[in-house]
Amino acid sequence: MAKLIQGETGEWEMVIGMEVHAQVIAKSKLFSGASAQFGAEPNTQVSLVDAAMPGMLPVLNEYVVEQAIKTGLGLNSKINNTSVFERKNYFYPDLPQGYQISQFEFPIVGEGTIEIDLPDGTTKEIGITRLHLEQDAGKSVHDQHPTKSFVDLNRSGCALMEIVSEPDIRGPEEAAAYLSKLRMILRYLGTCDGNMEEGSMRADVNISVRKPGEKLGIRAEIKNVNSVKAVQQAIDFEVARQIEILEDGGEVVQETRLWDPAKQETRPMRSKEEAHDYRYFPDPDLLPLHVSNDQIESIKTTLPELPDEKKHRFMNEYGLSLYDSSVLIAEQRRADYYETVANDNDSKLAANWVINELLGILNKNETPLADSPVSAAQLAGLIGLISDNTISGKIAKDVFAEMYASGKDAAVIVEEKGLKQVTDTGAIEAVIDEVIAENPDNVTAYKGGKDKLFGFFVGQVMKKMQGKANPAAVNEILKKKLG
Amino acid sequence: MDKLTHLTIEDALAGLKNKDFTATELTQAHIDAMEANRDLNAFIVETPEIALRQAAESDKRYAAGEARPLDGIPFANKDLFCTEGVQTTAASKILEGFVPRYESTVSAKLFADGAVMLGKANLDQFAMGSSNTTSAFGNVISPWKATDGKDLVPGGSSGGSAAAVAARMAMGATATDTGGSIRQPASFCGIVGIKPTYGRCSRWGVVAFASSLDTPGPLARTVKDNALLLASMAGHDPKDSTSANRDVPDFVSAITGDIKGLKIGIPKEFKLDGMPAEIEKLWEQGMAWLKEAGAEMVEISLPHTKYALPTYYIIAPAEASSNLARYDGVRYGHRSTESKTLDDMYKKTRAEGFGDEVKRRIMIGAYVLSAGYYDAYYIKAQKVRRLILQDFEKAYETVDAILTPTAPSGAFAIGENEDDPIKMYLNDVFTVTANLAGIPAMSVPAGLDANGLPLGLQILGRAWDEETVFKVGGVVETAAQFSAIPQAIMKKAA
Repeated sequence: MAKLIQGETGEWEMVIGMEVHAQVIAKSKLFSGASAQFGAEPNTQVSLVDAAMPGMLPVLNEYVVEQAIKTGLGLNSKINNTSVFERKNYFYPDLPQGYQISQFEFPIVGEGTIEIDLPDGTTKEIGITRLHLEQDAGKSVHDQHPTKSFVDLNRSGCALMEIVSEPDIRGPEEAAAYLSKLRMILRYLGTCDGNMEEGSMRADVNISVRKPGEKLGIRAEIKNVNSVKAVQQAIDFEVARQIEILEDGGEVVQETRLWDPAKQETRPMRSKEEAHDYRYFPDPDLLPLHVSNDQIESIKTTLPELPDEKKHRFMNEYGLSLYDSSVLIAEQRRADYYETVANDNDSKLAANWVINELLGILNKNETPLADSPVSAAQLAGLIGLISDNTISGKIAKDVFAEMYASGKDAAVIVEEKGLKQVTDTGAIEAVIDEVIAENPDNVTAYKGGKDKLFGFFVGQVMKKMQGKANPAAVNEILKKKLG
Repeated sequence: MDKLTHLTIEDALAGLKNKDFTATELTQAHIDAMEANRDLNAFIVETPEIALRQAAESDKRYAAGEARPLDGIPFANKDLFCTEGVQTTAASKILEGFVPRYESTVSAKLFADGAVMLGKANLDQFAMGSSNTTSAFGNVISPWKATDGKDLVPGGSSGGSAAAVAARMAMGATATDTGGSIRQPASFCGIVGIKPTYGRCSRWGVVAFASSLDTPGPLARTVKDNALLLASMAGHDPKDSTSANRDVPDFVSAITGDIKGLKIGIPKEFKLDGMPAEIEKLWEQGMAWLKEAGAEMVEISLPHTKYALPTYYIIAPAEASSNLARYDGVRYGHRSTESKTLDDMYKKTRAEGFGDEVKRRIMIGAYVLSAGYYDAYYIKAQKVRRLILQDFEKAYETVDAILTPTAPSGAFAIGENEDDPIKMYLNDVFTVTANLAGIPAMSVPAGLDANGLPLGLQILGRAWDEETVFKVGGVVETAAQFSAIPQAIMKKAA
C-alpha cells in the first residue's frame, strides 16, 4: 500500500529510511562500570572514563555485546565475527573525550529484515542495513543559569545500538508500523525498553520523494523525532515541503533538519559551513571485537519466541485472525496472558474476552496489563463457566465487571450472587408459559409472521429470570411453544 | 651520605636488608641530591614529604622482616603518570594545577612493592619531543656537559627521568616510550632504559600521546636495576584493553651473561649515509663484544626501515590529535578566561594551553585523518606499519636479537635543531621501528663520543622476549664497563 501523494504535477512517491538509536538495557555503560540507569541526580553516574580524565581507558562491556548480538538475531540479521570500534571526532561540552566511540566501517551486525504489520491487514518486509554499537553523549543543560550552561554526564558513555533500515518505507503509516514493530522486537528481546518519552529510543528519519519509478531523490535527514506520532507528522510535513520545492522547479538540499513538535515543522539544523569532518579512525585503545560462531549460536538458544513467529503461531495454533493475533502479540506479557486464558478454553472465545473486555477496560482506565485486577487464571475461570454453561455470556460480563472491581474469582461471585444459569427446562417452561399468557397480542402477531418478535419473548423470559436462564434452552422451548 | 646516591638499586636493596642504612637515610640522601641539582630542572614537582613518609613505612617493614621487592628505593615518576593527590601536568600548561584522584597502574604497582616517589619528573610536553625543550615548565638540562661547556639536552621525552637517574638524584625512574622516549634519553644520559613489549605494562593512568605506540618502562643505571623495576611495573591490567594477559617472566634471572650460540641480527638498513664515524665505530665495537661472548653476528635486512620515520610521524600525530581533544577547558585543567562563546573558549583554551610542538602534531594528525587525505596518509601508514612488523617477524626467524645504535648522535646543545622539526624528528630514526612493531628494545651505554658524551647501543628482541634483550644487554654492559660520571655530579662532589 505504497501511499502516493497527489501533487500539481502528478503523483509522488516517498522514500523513507530510518535510523533508530536504542539504549541497550544493561547495568553499566558501554566502556565503563558506571550505572546506566535513567533518572538519577545529575553527574552521579559518572566514572573517570566517562568524564574522560587523563589516562583513562575504555574497557568493553561484554554484556552489551551479547545484547547487540541478541538484537541482531532478532532482526534476522547477519552477525559479523569481527567488528571495529572507531572514534568519531568532534568538540562538544557533553562529549568529554572529544570523540564518540562508535562503529563505522565494520559494524557488529549486518543486513537483515523485519516484517511490519500495516493497518489494512497486510504485511511488508523492511530491510535492515546494519546495527552498530556506540556511546551516548551527556546532556547540556541551558535553563539553570542566565549566562551559563551546565553539563550532566550521567548518560555519557551509555551503550546505544544504532539500527539503520533500508530506504524501503513508503509512507507515514509504514514508518509508524516499522517503529512499532522494532520497539516490540527490542522489548521481547529485553535489549531496549523502547521508552521514547525517556529518550531510550530515538529516531532519525531520512526522507526523499520521487515520481514513481524514477531514481532516488535527494534526501533530508530529520532528527529529534521522538514518538511514533511525531514520525508520522514529521514525514507529512517534510514530504509536502520537498514536493513543493520540486514542483516549483527547485532542488532539495541534502541536509540535517530538526523536527519542531511545537511548530509542527522541520528546519535546518546546521549550515554547510559547519559541516563536520569526523575524522573517523579505529580506536587504538580497543582491540577489534571478535565473536565466534559458537558464541553466536549459544546466544541464539537464549532468544525468546519473537513477535512475528508468535503471530503466525497464534494464527495456526489458535485459529485467530491476523488482526487478533497482532493485537495479542503486541506485548510479550499480553501474549502470555492470552495463552494462559486460552490454555483450557475455546481459543477464539479467549481472544475475544482478552481483546474486547479485558484490554477494553484496562485501556479505559489507563491501567497496564501488569496491574490488571483480573489475573489470567481468573479470566480463564470465568470463560470456563461460560463454556460449561454455568453462566451465560451476558451474565459473564456482569461477573467480569465485579471481578475487575473486587478481584474475586468468577466462581465465588456467581455463587455469592446466585448467578448460576438455570438449565432446568421445567423452570424455564413455566416462565415461558407465563410470558405467553401475558402477551396474547404478540403471540398472535408472531404466529401471523412477525418473526422478529421472537427476540421480544426471549427478552421477557430473561428479564423474569434475571438473565440466568440458559439462552439455548430458552430458544428451544420458546420455538416449540410458539410453534 | 653522598655515596648512597651512587649505589645501584641492587646494592641498595642489599644494604637495606643488611641494615647498613635505613630507607629514610637513603631517601634523604636523594632528596638532598634533588635539591642540590635543581638547576637541572629535572622535576616539575618535588614530593619529599611523600618520599619520607613512604621511606618510614619501608623502614618499618624492614624492621618487621616484611620487606617488599623494591622497599625503600627512591624513584622519579615521569609527570605523564597520574598520581593521586599530586599534580600531574604532562609538562603542559593545559594541565597545570590538575590533581588526579587516581594513581596510574604502573606507579601503584611500584608503590605496592615499596618504592619511594621523590617527585614528578619533567618531560617534553605530552611526551612530544626528543630534547625536553618542549616542556611548559622549562627545559631539563643534562648533567653531562659538552667540552665547550654548553648546556646539553638530556634527550626526550623522558628527559627529566633520565637526568634525575644520571645525576644520582634518583635510583631509577618511570618513563614512557612512544618513538624512543626511553631509549634516546638513556643513550644521551649514559644510563640504561628498556621499552618493553607493547602491552607488557599497563597504560591506565598514563596521559595518552599515541595509544597504539605508548609504552611505559623503566630507566636506571644498570641492566639489572631495569629488570628489578620492570618486574614491578609489568603485568596484566584488566583496565587496559591492550594490556596482555601473560605471565611476567623473571627478568633478573635472564641476565646470565651467557649468550653463547645466540644469533644477533645486524640490519644493513640502519647504516645510514652520513652516519657519524664514531657511531659506526661504537656499533662495530658492540658486535665485537657480543662475538667475543660467543654470539654469532648475522647480517639481516629490514627493508621497510626507511619508511619508519614518516609512518611514525603520521600514526603518532593522528592518534594524538584525537587523544588530546579532551583538553577542552570544560572539566579540568586550563580554561581561557577571555572567551565569550563556546567555540571561542575551545580555541583560546587550547591556543593558550598547548605548546607549539603539541599544536604542530595536533594539526598534522587532524590533517592526515581528514576526509580526502585519510587513505593517502593514515591507511597507507597502517599498511607500512604492518610491513615493518613483518620485516621483524621475518628477521626473528633467523636471529634471536638485533643490535643497532640507539641514536644517530650524542646529546646536542639546548637550542640546537629547534629551527627544524624534521631534523629533530631524525633523532628517532633508530628507535621508532620498535614502537611500530611493538617489540622490546633496550639502550645500554657503550662508550663516549669525541666530546666525552655517552652513546648507547640498542638491543631489540622478539615480542614478549624481554629476557633475551636483558641477557644481551647484560653482556654489552659488562663488556663496555661504562663508568663515566656526568660532569655536573663530579663538580658538585668536588
